[in-house]
Amino acid sequence: MKVTMTVNGASRSGEVEGRTLLVNFLRDTLHLTGTHVGCDTSQCGACVVHVNGQAVKSCTMLAAEADGAEIKTVEGMANGDGSLSTIQQAFQDHHGLQCGFCTPGMVMSTAALLKENPKPTEAEVRHYLEGNICRCTGYHNIVKAVMAASGQDVSTIAAE
Amino acid sequence: MPKDHGIGASIKRREDVRFLTGAGNYTDDINIRCQAYVYFLRSDVAHGKLNKVDTSAASKMPGVVRIFTGADFAAVGGIPCGWQVTDRHGEPMKEPAHPVLAQGKVRHVGDPIAAVVADTLEQARDAAEAIELDIQELPAVVNMKAAVQSGSALVHDDIGTNLCYDWGFVEENKAAVDEAIKNAAHVTTLELVNNRLVANPMEPRVCVGDYSRATDDHTLYTTSQNPHVIRLLMGAFVLGIPEHKLRVVAPDVGGGFGTKIFHYAEEAFCTFAAKACNRPVKWTASRSEAFMSDAHGRDHVTKIELALDKDNNFTAIRTETYANMGAYLSTFAPSVPTWLHGTLMAGNYRTPLIYVNVKAVFTNTVPVDAYRGAGRPEATYQIERVVDKAARELGVDPIALRRQNFIKPDQYPYQTPVAVAYDTGNYDATMDKLIEIADLAGFEKRKKASAAKGLLRGLGVNCYIEACGIAPSNLVGQLGARAGLYESATVRVNATGGIVVMTGSHSHGQGHETAFPQVISEMLGIDESMIEIVHGDTSKVPMGMGTYGSRSLAVGGSAMVRATEKILRKAKKIAAHLMEASDGDIEVKDGRFHVAGTDKSVAWGDVTLAAYVPHNYPLEDIEPGLEETAFYDPSNFTYPAGAYACEVELDPETGRVTIERFAAADDFGNVVNPMIVAGQVHGGIAQGVGQALMEGAVYDDNGQLLTGSYMDYAMPRATDVPFYQVDHSCVTPCTHNPLGVKGCGEAGAIGSPPAVVNAVLDALNSGGIKIDHIDMPVSPSRVWAAIQKAKA
Repeated sequence: MKVTMTVNGASRSGEVEGRTLLVNFLRDTLHLTGTHVGCDTSQCGACVVHVNGQAVKSCTMLAAEADGAEIKTVEGMANGDGSLSTIQQAFQDHHGLQCGFCTPGMVMSTAALLKENPKPTEAEVRHYLEGNICRCTGYHNIVKAVMAASGQDVSTIAAE
Repeated sequence: MPKDHGIGASIKRREDVRFLTGAGNYTDDINIRCQAYVYFLRSDVAHGKLNKVDTSAASKMPGVVRIFTGADFAAVGGIPCGWQVTDRHGEPMKEPAHPVLAQGKVRHVGDPIAAVVADTLEQARDAAEAIELDIQELPAVVNMKAAVQSGSALVHDDIGTNLCYDWGFVEENKAAVDEAIKNAAHVTTLELVNNRLVANPMEPRVCVGDYSRATDDHTLYTTSQNPHVIRLLMGAFVLGIPEHKLRVVAPDVGGGFGTKIFHYAEEAFCTFAAKACNRPVKWTASRSEAFMSDAHGRDHVTKIELALDKDNNFTAIRTETYANMGAYLSTFAPSVPTWLHGTLMAGNYRTPLIYVNVKAVFTNTVPVDAYRGAGRPEATYQIERVVDKAARELGVDPIALRRQNFIKPDQYPYQTPVAVAYDTGNYDATMDKLIEIADLAGFEKRKKASAAKGLLRGLGVNCYIEACGIAPSNLVGQLGARAGLYESATVRVNATGGIVVMTGSHSHGQGHETAFPQVISEMLGIDESMIEIVHGDTSKVPMGMGTYGSRSLAVGGSAMVRATEKILRKAKKIAAHLMEASDGDIEVKDGRFHVAGTDKSVAWGDVTLAAYVPHNYPLEDIEPGLEETAFYDPSNFTYPAGAYACEVELDPETGRVTIERFAAADDFGNVVNPMIVAGQVHGGIAQGVGQALMEGAVYDDNGQLLTGSYMDYAMPRATDVPFYQVDHSCVTPCTHNPLGVKGCGEAGAIGSPPAVVNAVLDALNSGGIKIDHIDMPVSPSRVWAAIQKAKA
């Protein structure tokens, strides 16, 4: 079947099978390979994208279900001039990524968190990111980056 | 004022930009025109005789290109093992065949039986369901101690035993150790399990095989920490393809932690099938496949005895360990419980007599190999748990007992009784620093606050040492390694002054693209932005050994330094010629070449241009061009060390343990990028906390993997860990590599598990609940059960 959706502001269409997951449509048909697949049980969060403004694990949704939706992926997160957005910049500034594989999901989840809670506490950040697994950073610098992206002073948090 | 460039600067990572914008290029992002997809039909029983694999119906399914079974690989080499261990009696280890696809028997859940290549992955998967299997299930070998009893079922019938080797180290010391333990004033004994773990880098393994009929060239894209090692093992031992006909590319790799060191059957399959099918063949592991096909880690069952004299000096250590090899020998599996474990049993202490016995056992489980730390966490956990237990039995302060037995700063180089010689260290310094950053002075106050909430607070402190910067080739060759462990670097200076460094080290999260240029920037005085690191492609980097064992900077960085020194020597000759001076008078400062004691200088770019536009050039003395290669083979391991502290709160009603504080004081030698180093420690601590509190791969008695997904295998999440206090300001530079660096990648995972478990036991015992030991993972149910037993 044919599906059409708005992805990062542009209308995109493609043929999918009924069983095609949204993440596979994004990666394989639209070649938006920034969205990653890290598990097969919807636990890891590497595939988080925004669907109509909501953070969604794109491995839990069929492409057909997203027909007509507004999708935003990590490829659509930089500023208009191509520079890193506030969240992306905070991740770089605070070394909130190492191998980079979970990073797109972390960025998308962070954007969703800060939309609903612009100044989250440490505990709120950790709770919100429970659905995003990172194996590299031990979460220290991710939590720090998220709080910094929200405009909070993180200088008192353990150095480096 | 912190430095903003060169060695010691916390420069932001350049690789982050592509990762943050979705522009990374991981193996699964690579698609080649006309590629087909492979789905592996894997055994769902742990042990069985393959009576029939009938692919006739499946072969007729839509989209199927070809179905391969073990028979297709009968004439192909098996997956090789890269390390030969010799046992106590001088006999070589048992080394059973490891076929690419199962032949005659399946030996673990996940063992690949057939491979379906089809136009789409869905078609391949559908066709795999139509393959008819007749497997006669055999008794599964799961428990290691039962496996070595006579009458046990055999994982490999042809070798007649499940014992891979029975290793003793140092065998000549055994009698003296036995005697010292017999005569000791006190002996502390501890039996413990180092739980089986799954490395779980967030990127599952992927490979894409490609083949050119025109040139007979093979290309393999793979999620590897060491593409050159794969080229060697797969090319030479499995498929018979020489290096010049085999290109292995490991592009952006989403974490490794050891499990992406090894050569896997899927890599050989995709390379083989691409030629056989005349199409690129791609395999992407699902996470479930990763759980049953990635090499697991740890899985040791150990008894350790620590002997002390009447003054509490350590006099001897004796251990007996059963180490699980799984169903086949993975690439470096035999080395992990032996040379990466036994040689570390001195820890930070002056224990004069040590004997380590290791029985490596085949079982019907996934192969076990190196996982972050590899052998060293197992050694550290035993030592630091038994020392803590000894302190409790003797009623002495555990920190004081450690300090009393530390190797002292004036004793270096220190020859341990377990072969390795530590070049340098200062364990009191890191302990002092730990006490400061962990605020141990405030512990009693925090303990009272926890008590007011009805919670038990515990403090666990431990030390660690590791041997990394792996490794001196001549030494590991004597110990059974079938490879050299040097590293190479080529530094190419372009005409306009830019530098490309081709390194055999591989970055899969460690930030080499940022940190390596800092070293060259420091040496040449030019900006980091002029320096680019190329890695992960055997067609661009001719030779290399890859990244593991915290070796990249210590070995790969040293090769880069040596090559850059050659560049400097030649560049000085060119500069001297341009300024009509002697090259002995040339000094390099801020990116310019100066004639010492004069105001004459030429810019870096003048020299590099002259090298390639040699109009005015000493052609009679030196060749044009500015490119140098160096191989570096270390003369010793490096020995990072440190002290870790963990504070937990424990709810005695539920057994739940939470990590409240965690501090790490490490001596990594000199540090190039402190931000990256801290990040490495953070990640290691989280993995160590994961091992201590929640992670564990569990098999049932039938060899079924009960923890086969993130639904059952508990990965640490953001809520499971606190902010960490880390410090690496205690520096005793490595004495034998040019940068004085030791390596930092594994420390966190080595040092943290005993801190957590020691803290849990401190919480219980100081709370009046007398418990000697709880095995990892120290889950709420285990703690609760231990409390009930102690109360009974």
